[in-house]
Amino acid sequence: MEDWVEIGRIEQIPRRGARCVTTPVGRIAVFRTAEDKLYAIEDRCPHKGGPLSQGIVHGAQVTCPLHNWVFSLETGEAQGADEGRVRTVPLNVIDGRIYMAAVAMLAAAE
Amino acid sequence: MKEKLVIIGNGMAPGRALEKLFETDPDRYEVVIFNAEPRVNYDRIMLSPVLSGEKSFDDIVIHGDAWYIQHGITLYKGCKVETIDRVNKTVSSVNGITESYDRLVIATGSVPFIIPVPGANLAGVVTYRDLDDVNTMMIAAKSKGRAVVIGGGLLGLEAAAGLNEQGMDVTVVHVQPTLMERQLDPAAGYLLGESMKARGIKVMTSANTRQILGDKRVTGVEFADGSTIPADLVVMAVGIRPNVALAKTAELAVNRGIVVDAQMRTSDASIYALGECVEVNGATFGLVAPLYDMANVLAAQLCGDDKATFTPVATATRLKVTGVNLYSAGDFAEGDDREEIVLRDASAGVYKRLILKDDRIIGTVLYGDTGDGPWFYDMLKRSVDTREMRDTLIFGQNYQGGAPLDPTAAVAALPDEAEVCGCNGICKSKITGAITAKGLTSLDDVRAHTKASASCGSCTGLVEKLLLLTLGDSYNPAAVQPMCKCTDLGHDDVRRLIIARELRSIPQLMQELEWKTSCGCAKCRPALNYYMIATWPGEYEDDGQSRFINERVHANIQKDGTYSVVPRMWGGMTSPNELRAIADVADKFRIPAVKVTGGQRIDLLGVKKEDLPGVWADLNAAGMVSGAAYAKGLRTVKTCVGSDWCRFGTQDSTGLGIRLEKFMWGSWTPAKVKMAVSGCPRNCAEATCKDVGVICVDSGYDIVFAGAAGLDIKGTEPLCHADSEDEAIEIIAALTQLYREQGRYLERMYKWLKRVGMESIQAAIVRDLTKRRFYYDRFVFSQKFAQVDPWQERVNGKDAHEFAALAEFGVPQAAE
Repeated sequence: MEDWVEIGRIEQIPRRGARCVTTPVGRIAVFRTAEDKLYAIEDRCPHKGGPLSQGIVHGAQVTCPLHNWVFSLETGEAQGADEGRVRTVPLNVIDGRIYMAAVAMLAAAE
Repeated sequence: MKEKLVIIGNGMAPGRALEKLFETDPDRYEVVIFNAEPRVNYDRIMLSPVLSGEKSFDDIVIHGDAWYIQHGITLYKGCKVETIDRVNKTVSSVNGITESYDRLVIATGSVPFIIPVPGANLAGVVTYRDLDDVNTMMIAAKSKGRAVVIGGGLLGLEAAAGLNEQGMDVTVVHVQPTLMERQLDPAAGYLLGESMKARGIKVMTSANTRQILGDKRVTGVEFADGSTIPADLVVMAVGIRPNVALAKTAELAVNRGIVVDAQMRTSDASIYALGECVEVNGATFGLVAPLYDMANVLAAQLCGDDKATFTPVATATRLKVTGVNLYSAGDFAEGDDREEIVLRDASAGVYKRLILKDDRIIGTVLYGDTGDGPWFYDMLKRSVDTREMRDTLIFGQNYQGGAPLDPTAAVAALPDEAEVCGCNGICKSKITGAITAKGLTSLDDVRAHTKASASCGSCTGLVEKLLLLTLGDSYNPAAVQPMCKCTDLGHDDVRRLIIARELRSIPQLMQELEWKTSCGCAKCRPALNYYMIATWPGEYEDDGQSRFINERVHANIQKDGTYSVVPRMWGGMTSPNELRAIADVADKFRIPAVKVTGGQRIDLLGVKKEDLPGVWADLNAAGMVSGAAYAKGLRTVKTCVGSDWCRFGTQDSTGLGIRLEKFMWGSWTPAKVKMAVSGCPRNCAEATCKDVGVICVDSGYDIVFAGAAGLDIKGTEPLCHADSEDEAIEIIAALTQLYREQGRYLERMYKWLKRVGMESIQAAIVRDLTKRRFYYDRFVFSQKFAQVDPWQERVNGKDAHEFAALAEFGVPQAAE
């Protein structure tokens, strides 16, 4: 198994937006910030399971669309008074192509 | 019988005197006021922020109509008094109103000085004195032409900055070598000039105007050296002189101003005068602090207290131009018996100068960093010996006694009698006393009870620190609630600045208004996106990434990440064809739940995101569009069957509901808007708990609004009656537009009403047909760009990335 799997190109994700990658271990949200930084986290808020990919992206943070929890895209940590974290997934970008760490897609697939 | 007190003039000085009078002896007089201006008492000091667009007239009203009613005052608006008959003790106005008096107060203020050069009476030459002047300038500024402001004093510079903010090309012409020479020394005047130039305002000093050029309208200004500059607008702001015309015809003693003694008495025992029109011991006054002192003395006099006397003191000046910090007080001329301490920091644009005589401060000029102004001014007034702190005096209060203090401690160290609010002459102990005695908890409270920081507002920071000091941790400083943590500005400030500074995109706004975050947050971005759409219809391009998911994908997200879809059913009417299409869609896409909503619609629940375009395509094909059940916008117009079917129906409520919905769908509003039309007062459409409701009656349509039946339960308030459907629709559209322009994002209509008051809404929508039409027209204009079905757009491919995964790698497997 290769270490990195290509998932698409950076232009396919809107700035300050996200797209999803479906994997055997669940949806992973891939975010593109206003400054073209890319981050991937699991698309599931630890609070009530909200799809974080559908939230508003500001700086390197996203606000969950269901109950406004805010997560750091860099660390996956909930911000402010809320406690919790989401799994982050390593990405690699080469010439605009986005590669996701294969291990992240298999983590629970054994 | 009560004595009758007649006041000629309705400016800030008599307004303050009346407040004091009512505090001491509310029932003593029957009060009649003649105001030459057609309006209530407002804060003239704040005309400059109105001109620059940072405030509106309503923001600067001191006494609204209600105040006059509460105190039983007869106020004649727009009535200029022409004669005073001192023998029979009556006054008569130009338009024929005569009132008798027991005591008379003359407060006619000042008139702008017009330099007597050829062309001074051309069209396009204006003065800067009252709201009418400001309105004239704002209209002229719309052409974005060239403005020349003659006069580089306080007033002239504020006018120049305001016109510059309005987009005019502005030149300030000043006869003296440096700006504001009466308040500033040449060094600070120079810094001020540079700061004006940095804003794009041209400054000409030592410039002597010879004539104003033009045939009928002004075209330019010519100077003594023969040079000329072009101009479309000339503002004369060279100074004021007391308005003594009326007092002269009444043969009262008049020099430069109306002569009064230290108790504000004129040469006639029944007549007092105060304000800019008077002269005390040969001196006249133009700044507000001494005028308010006069008001206190006059109020005491009117209550029979002869002891209070007016003593002029040095007054401090601030320039009210956003971004320019300037403070001066006292006497700063050089002299052999004087010493001075000067601190300059050129790169930071800071200049501080203290003038001392016998080790006591007699004057100060501060530029750039004015935080210590009140402290210096306080020492000046109390004549404090500064020998002990001489070495560090210029660094300010924080540097006295060792390490710098925190700002609150610095305020704590101010003596009780230190003046905090210069405009209103309010000292520290008066504020802290009022906070404690009256249980005040907010800045607004303090402003209401003490007037501190209620005029020019530059001492707001100090007053807030006093609140913090007095109340401790229980003080919540968010009197103006900032929009979010990304800014200190409140929603209203942001909306005003969007218009005033013509901010047309979110990135531009964040740059200009100094947002603290790089791209906002989930609170401010949707609000800003709405404000942009509402302010610049047709120009602003909607930013989908700044919308909540529901508005971005035009469906309602559910707890499991699926969506619900609600097609529009105009006025709650549907048909077999529509129902068939809905049933087919539900079957085809295996939609698990179909429900009837409270707004007379059908809700398809549990639609997968990737199915949304397919569902919409089928609904579109049957003629249905988005029901906007997700929108901060017009949701539903609920109706009863009305005169078509019902034996009680008085009008065609269904037809009106359909018309309303077809006319108003697609409009974005601060929060959701639900409407209903009931065909008779039995009100089967439940119109009396909607944002806007119509109750049909035999004689027409009763329009009600500001109801709620959610978190809060609230019946509607009556707005007005309309005779025809057309009139009802115009009123409702105008009302909605007013709400679109004033409402804070997520503020429902009932909360908006509670905040702005019924009076202001009815004044704009019911009583003034021109205004109503104005709002209606703006609504119609904005609808031109709003009525595009978002479903169809997406069926045709818009935002396709929203509805498909970026990549798919197998499907999640069940555990076994």
